[in-house]
Parts: sequence; structure tokens; C-alpha cells
Amino acid sequence: MERQILHVDCNKFYASVECSLNPDLRDKPVVVGGNEASRHGIVLTKNEIAARYGISTGETLWSARRKCPDLVTVPPHFPLYHKYSEMVRAILREYTPLVEPFGLDEAWLDVTGSPRSGVEIAEEIRHRVREELGITVSVGVSFNKTFAKLGSDYKKPDAVTVFSRENYRQLVWPLSAGELIYVGRSTRQKLEERFIYTIGDVAKANPELLHALLGKWGPALHAIANGRDSQPVIPTEEAAGVQSVSNGMTTPRDLTDDRDVRRVLMVLAESVGRRMREQHFVGRTVELHLRDNQLNTRTHRVTLDHYIQSTPDIADAAYALFRESYRWKRPLRSVTIGVSHLEPEDIPTQMDMTDSAGREKREQLDRAVDNLRERFGDHCIRRAILLEDPDLTGESLYETHTVHPTGFSGKTDEIGGDQ
Amino acid sequence: MSRRVYVEVTAVFTPEGQVMPRQIRWEDGTLFPIDRVTDIRQAAATKAGGCGLRYTIRLRGQQTYLFLDEDRWFVEAKDKKQPTA
Repeated sequence: MERQILHVDCNKFYASVECSLNPDLRDKPVVVGGNEASRHGIVLTKNEIAARYGISTGETLWSARRKCPDLVTVPPHFPLYHKYSEMVRAILREYTPLVEPFGLDEAWLDVTGSPRSGVEIAEEIRHRVREELGITVSVGVSFNKTFAKLGSDYKKPDAVTVFSRENYRQLVWPLSAGELIYVGRSTRQKLEERFIYTIGDVAKANPELLHALLGKWGPALHAIANGRDSQPVIPTEEAAGVQSVSNGMTTPRDLTDDRDVRRVLMVLAESVGRRMREQHFVGRTVELHLRDNQLNTRTHRVTLDHYIQSTPDIADAAYALFRESYRWKRPLRSVTIGVSHLEPEDIPTQMDMTDSAGREKREQLDRAVDNLRERFGDHCIRRAILLEDPDLTGESLYETHTVHPTGFSGKTDEIGGDQ
Repeated sequence: MSRRVYVEVTAVFTPEGQVMPRQIRWEDGTLFPIDRVTDIRQAAATKAGGCGLRYTIRLRGQQTYLFLDEDRWFVEAKDKKQPTA
């Protein structure tokens, strides 16, 4: 049976939620953006009107305001976006249990075998989200996940696009190869050097050439461009391939010594550890992503011989990795910790005879702290190291965290963002 | 422009488990008995913003909407003032 896959994309999600809640904003240029004082002053999303001024996602608020002096900037309200995201998913789950969320604002549905056609269901979802929640979605309907996602991007806002076996050559093939979820900037450059610009060019290229150019991804990309993509829709967030849990921050001032880094790593480890405990994961690869004040970035990783989950274990591993790999050529501007190689926390593990009691105690302590924070807020209990420089480490990342899905070939979309 | 006005509501739980509003107390203390509920559905509050479970009700012969957003009730009031979220 031909598969019926839908991809639902909430249009300009953060800005739409803000405008939906506050109708005064609807006819004004609006961006949702971070806090300028702590240097997170970038545009996370903009509404349609702000987009007309040429304001783009990721741009600084300062530069956006130069393009549009009347711009209204709204600070992000993440708990609200989580609430709306959950309400959208609740609607989607009425149609099928096979709902695979991708970030807060996107999801795939597999409605194969439904008595109604994919288009009918897509139209109903589009209508219901607008009527019931006051925001808009665009929906792509196709016979595989990749084309469905292209469809939700094809016409928006508040629209349905069908890419069928009959029309995909006319509609999908002229699109830029860079539109494919798998093709990042460097892959696109490699393709363009061989005069492969569109998805159709990829489809018609010699698979062997693509293999020589891109390795094993080459033939896979060729198959996808020809509509041969059999990836299943995998329900629930966990199964959707949470392959790593990570948190990063751009600090209010540059980091200049080991102690600064130690403090920031502790903040990040708190959030990563808490999320791992919540999702019942342990992991054993720790990744450190550093960006210096010239915006040079580097990534280091280490794989441990045992699984970790507790906050101090994560912070210690990250700090050891940092000490080993960074020579302080320049001050640092942002730091990210990721833990990958995730396994369910009940995986049998080899106990370390010298420390197993200690680890157990640390884990119990973590759970007690998580519990307190759950009940009394993130600031009710804090580590002493974080009081040394509250301006540097004052914020709680957990409350604003967003889960970035990395399951899809490692390419992450900006959540709440758009082109 | 409308604003959301959060109001005190007296409601009953029916034996089927449904929550039915019976009376609204307005900001100034005035009580409005609800004559009838004619429709209940999830809906966006298009005038005042937000969304919730929307009760279409008759108040003093007039049709209006009453929204239940999680555990708070609000109505859409014609007003120039900003919504008080």
C-alpha cells in the first residue's frame, strides 16, 4: 500500500503564539528575540510583517531594528511554546498514534491505511489548528518523509501541498538541492562544484559520481531525490532518535580562565544531567563545543569506559576534556556540553569497585535536588561554585531548554525558526 | 480591541464528568446567571487572543463566549485596555 505521510510545520511558531495571545501585535512587525543585555540578542522568529522588512532569523536585534525602527521585540516565553506545541500534538494524535515530533514546531504523521485520504486529513488539521489554537500550520502530504517535509515548506502559511508520484518530478525536482533535510552547506557546495543545483539534478546524477563526492551519503541522496525514502515515522520523542542531550550558553562576558569554564560547565551539566534523568538515559560520550571570541569553533569528545548521568560526573568529564584540549589562545564566548551514546538508565553496567558507592550516592543526591527544584523552582537550591560569579552563571538553562532532535542525519533545524 | 477578562465562575460537575458553568461574577462584582450553554468546543479566542475550551452561552438573552483555559475562566470584553494575562 502506498504510504501517506504528513509533515506539519507550525508557521513562525514563537511569533505566531505571541501574536495569537496578544491581538494588538497582529498588525505590527514583531520578532521574538533573546535578552540583549546577556548577549542573546538575536531574532529567534519574526512574524510575516517583520519578514517584509528583510529581517531574518539569527540576525541581531540591533540590526533588525535598523531595518525596521517600529519593530516590536518580545522576549521568548518557552513554557508557553511548550504548551502550544503539546496542544498541536494532541490534535495530531487524534488522527494516528504514529506522530513523530521534530523539535517543538514540526511533526510527521503516518496516516497510511486511514479510510480518509492524506489530503483530507491535512486540510482538517490545518483548519482545526487555526480555529482551536489561533495559530497556523502548513502541511506537506506525500509518500515519504522527505517529500512531506518539502511540501510543508512549499506553500505557507496555512496551506496544504501534495507531492505525489505523479507530480513530484514537476514540483520537487526544480527545488534547490539545499532544501533537502540532509544537505547542509558543505554538501551543497560539493554538489554545486559538479553543477548539481536542484533535487532533479541529484536525481539524474550518476550514483557512482555521488558516491565519490559524498561517500555513502551519495547513493542515499540519489535514492531520496528519486522518491525512494522508506524511513518510518517513529512515534514519541524518545524513540524519535534522541541521540544526544546537550546544552550550551553564550556567556554574558567572555571566559578567560579555567575557573570561569569550570563554573559554566557546572551550569550546563546541571541542565544536561537533569534532562537525562528525566528521560531516563545514561550516556558515555561527552562532547564539548567551544567558540572563542573570534567565533572560531572547535569540538572535542571523549568516550568513557562507563555510563554517566549525574551532574558532577558530567561536569568532571567535560572539565577534564577541556583541560586536555584547550590552550587558552583566546577567551571563550560560548560553551556547549553534549552527552551521547545514550542508553536506557537500567542498562546493566560494570560497577567500578573503587567508586560504585560514591556514584550511587551522587545519583541519589541529584534526584533529591531535582525533586526540590521541581517543587520549589530552579533557584531554591544551588551549587556553591555558581555563587562565585552569579552574573556569569545566574541563569537557569533548564527552564528554557529546547530538545534539538539530532536523529535525522545529525542536521538540526532551528526550532521555531524559519527561512 | 478586546481584552481577556478573567472571571470568577460558579460551575457544576455533571454525573458524566463535564464541567458546566452556571454563573459568572464580573470584575465589579455583578453576578450574571448563565441561561443556557449551547455549544462546547476547543477554540481560539479570536478577539482577545489565547485559546481554551469555548462555551457558547446565553447571558441575559445575549449570546457570548466563555473560555476555560487550563484552570482559569475568561471572557472577551470590548475594551481599549491591554489584556491582563
